[in-house]
Order: sequence, then C-alpha cells, then structure tokens
Amino acid sequence: MDLYSETILDHYQHPRQAGEIANYTVRVIEHNPLCGDSIQLDLLIKNGAVNDLAFLGDGCAISQAAMSLLGQEIKGQKISALKKILPSKVYELLHVPISPGRVKCALLGFAALQNALKMMKKK
Amino acid sequence: MKNNILKQFPLLQRKVNGQPLVYLDNASTTQKPLVVLQALQKFYTTSNANVHRGIHALSQEATEQYENVRAKVAKFINAKSEEIIFTKNATEALNCVAVSWGRKHIKKDDEIIVSALEHHANLVPWQELAKEKGAKLKVIPLTADYLLDLKVYKSLLSTKTKLVCVTAQSNVTGTLVPIKKIIALAHKFQAKVVVDAAQSAGHRPTNIKNIGCDFLAFSAHKMLGPTGVGVLYIKRTLMEEMVPYMYGGDMVETVGQEEATYHRGYMKFEAGTPNIADVIAFGSALDYLMDQDLEAVAVHDQELLAYAKKCFSKYPAVKIFSPTKIENCGGVLSFTVAGVHPHDIAAIFDQYGVAIRAGLHCAEPLVHRLGVSTTARLSFYLYNTKHDVDVAEKALKKVFEIFKIKN
Repeated sequence: MDLYSETILDHYQHPRQAGEIANYTVRVIEHNPLCGDSIQLDLLIKNGAVNDLAFLGDGCAISQAAMSLLGQEIKGQKISALKKILPSKVYELLHVPISPGRVKCALLGFAALQNALKMMKKK
Repeated sequence: MKNNILKQFPLLQRKVNGQPLVYLDNASTTQKPLVVLQALQKFYTTSNANVHRGIHALSQEATEQYENVRAKVAKFINAKSEEIIFTKNATEALNCVAVSWGRKHIKKDDEIIVSALEHHANLVPWQELAKEKGAKLKVIPLTADYLLDLKVYKSLLSTKTKLVCVTAQSNVTGTLVPIKKIIALAHKFQAKVVVDAAQSAGHRPTNIKNIGCDFLAFSAHKMLGPTGVGVLYIKRTLMEEMVPYMYGGDMVETVGQEEATYHRGYMKFEAGTPNIADVIAFGSALDYLMDQDLEAVAVHDQELLAYAKKCFSKYPAVKIFSPTKIENCGGVLSFTVAGVHPHDIAAIFDQYGVAIRAGLHCAEPLVHRLGVSTTARLSFYLYNTKHDVDVAEKALKKVFEIFKIKN
C-alpha cells in the first residue's frame, strides 16, 4: 500500500523527539475528536528560535509520522520561519498520497504547531 | 439463511479499490434490498402526497400506506399501533423520552441509572436531563467478561431511581443485555425503563409484551430500511402524561391566535410533514425481515461471530473485546492489534474492499473502560458469509506484514 511507506512506518514506530520538555516555553495539546488521535507538543524557545521540541502522541501512523517529520523540520528554525510553514510542507514531508479522509490525521501536528505559535504571540 | 440473499442487495455487487466489496460495518448502517429501493420509487411515482390532511385520492393513499407501516412496526415488536411514533432516528426517539417524559417526571435528587455499555444516544440526553434537574446519574459497570454487573445494578436501585436507560445490545462489545431481568428489577421500584434497541431490533425478535419495557427506540437504517426513520415505542398508559417535544402542524387539535390544543395520542409527537416515503419503504424492509425469520438472522450473526473470533484470536497481537460465551453476543466484534492504530487497520482493510469501522463508535466512555483509545470493529448481518470473514483475515495478515508485527 502506497500510504504506509518505509519512511512513515519508521517515523511511526520510532518517533523522533518523542517525550516531554520539563522547562518548555509553550505546551499545546491537539485532539481529533473523530478518531481520538492526540498530540502534546512542547517547544523550548531560545533567542527567537526552536532550541528543542518534544511530543507525545496517540494516533494513527499518518498523524504520528507527520508530527515526527515536522518536528525534525522545525528544530532550530526561527519563529518567523515557522509562521511561513504551510500544510503543503507536511504533505511534501509525508511524500505519500493523502486522501480527504486522512487530511485531519496528516495535519494534526501542523495544527498543534499553529496553536503553539498563537499561544506564543499572546505571551 | 435463505439462498441468493446477496443478489437482492444491488450495492453489494460493487467493487471497492478493485476488490469485491465485503461490507462489515452493519452496526453503523445496513445495505438495502432492492424491494426497499423499489418501494421508494413506487411511492414517488404513484402515490406521493402529504398525509393526514387531504381529501384527494393521493393523500388518502399516502396516509393509508404510512399508517399501515405503523401497524406493521407494532406487529413486528408485538405492541399496539397507537404506541408507535416515527422520528428521524433512534437518537431523536431517545431525546423525545428525555424531553416529553423526563422534563416532567425527573426531579431534584432523583436518580437515573444508565449502563456502561451505552451509545452516546442513550447517555448524553440523560446527562443533560440530570444536569438540568439536579438529578444523579448512576452507572451499571461491566464485569471482566464485558457483561453488565447485575449485582451492582441491584445495589444501585432504590426508591430514588426514576428511570433506567439500557441498551439491548452493545454496538462495541456486542454484549447482549438481559433487558427483561433489568426491567423487572426496575419496576419493583416503580422506575421506568427505556431500551435502546438500535443494534438488536433488526437482528433478533423484539417482544414488547414479553420484556415489559416502558420505552423502546430503534432506527430503520440499521435494519435494511432507509435513513431518516426512527421508531419510538411508548407504553400506552404513559402517553397521556407526556408533553409534545415539537410543535407545529399535524400534532394540533385546534389552534387559536394565542394558544392551541394538541392531539392526545401518538399524533402529538409527529409535528410537521413526516418522512412519508422512507417510512413506507421501511415497511418493505420489515416485510423482508419477517420473511427471513429473525430467529434465523440471530443464529446466522452468532455463527459468523464465532467463526471470526476463531480466525482472529489465533494471533497473539490481536486483542478481542467480546464476552466469552457466544450466547451473550450479537454479531459485533471489536478488536485491536498491538502496535497498530485502529484507523490504520481500517485503511488497510479498505484496500481489500473490506469496510469496517474504527474509532470510538459513539461510545467514548465504554471504549475508554476497555482500556484503549479506540478499537476496530467488524459487524455482521444476514448477507454476510464466512468467506467475508476469510477476506477480513487476509486483510489482517496484511496489517501484520505492513507493520512488521510478529505473531
């Protein structure tokens, strides 16, 4: 099946940046009420950039692999650069065809990142 | 089961993802036999008119056909026609009880008992009612074998208990609930009982006189009928003390500029133009089911369940959430695979043309009681065969292969 590529299975079964950060700058929890998927994303911001990040998740291979891939991508990046990330970036990282039924799965981590950015703005 | 059933369901002839469709999501909704689709077309092409209001021939025909289905539903569950009301689904039927009976009869500090097996439709209306009235919600827990713990149930009952809300069959574990016993115990305390029969009505006989419940709800679309039709049985003696839950045309006696009076019987619950065509087509679904013999359907469901349990339980990575004894189960099988999310299981099954459900099944508290975030679920009906289970097992093996699960 095209959907379950080696990359996706690798990131699902061995998620990068799995865990929590005790002294996080911002923590967000994102749910998908339809399928019960969830992601907790911690960001540690230093000098206007992502110094470290970690996530805990429970969900399908697509939602968890997408977060893992996105996490790799944003580590070290400046906040200003994060704001420019679009959903198309996530699809590019996943590199498999995402059907309309899996869009919410694919973009759960992206939604968590968007909420984290909003929260930082308020701070 | 009678032969050639598959041929009578046009949709089951199609392919999905290049594979012959294997439809195992019957607890969500069932497919429709040709006779039901023909009944819909026949009504719209020959008798379409509004009901209960016309003098002309078409309106009289439509009214007669619509009311005939009410009589058919009554016969189907061994009740009287005037005890049957049509709603849009089982959820609306249960909400009707909460609003039309509950708001008047539930008071502060009263207790409402629900079971741990409930679908959101037979839980959330009671949560809201309890909140509104300052009443308490009590829950009958599960045993380790996914059955309701009747010992605890007995200890929950008291003179404070005013209502017991229980499913006849779980849509997640398939557990068959001893509703007759539960109802008899509740009635000792003068509590009323509402039964959610959405999963059972099309799968095994329902006999109102035998079980003795006060309210019973089910949905046409889960028993070969069209979507948009629900049924609520209300015990005749309770109807008088209930108020309408919707107001408008057809449910009134006389209407003045300032106020109106309402029908007394079942008609006070059917405001506005009902779902005439779908109700009439539901009548054809009931004919079809009665012709198949529901006892035989129940046996068929259980045979497939037993076979599926045998096939799936071979694999150590598979966990099954189902009562041990087949006689305690309807044709529903929830399972998980260690290391694979149910959403991914369903997606891989879909590639084999096998339609199954994955998720919370509108029973979030129950799924969490099972100790998992979600489950995958197979659910059977009269057109399914052992071959369908074999295809599902083939898809299961593919799940193991893709996710490198060792068994």
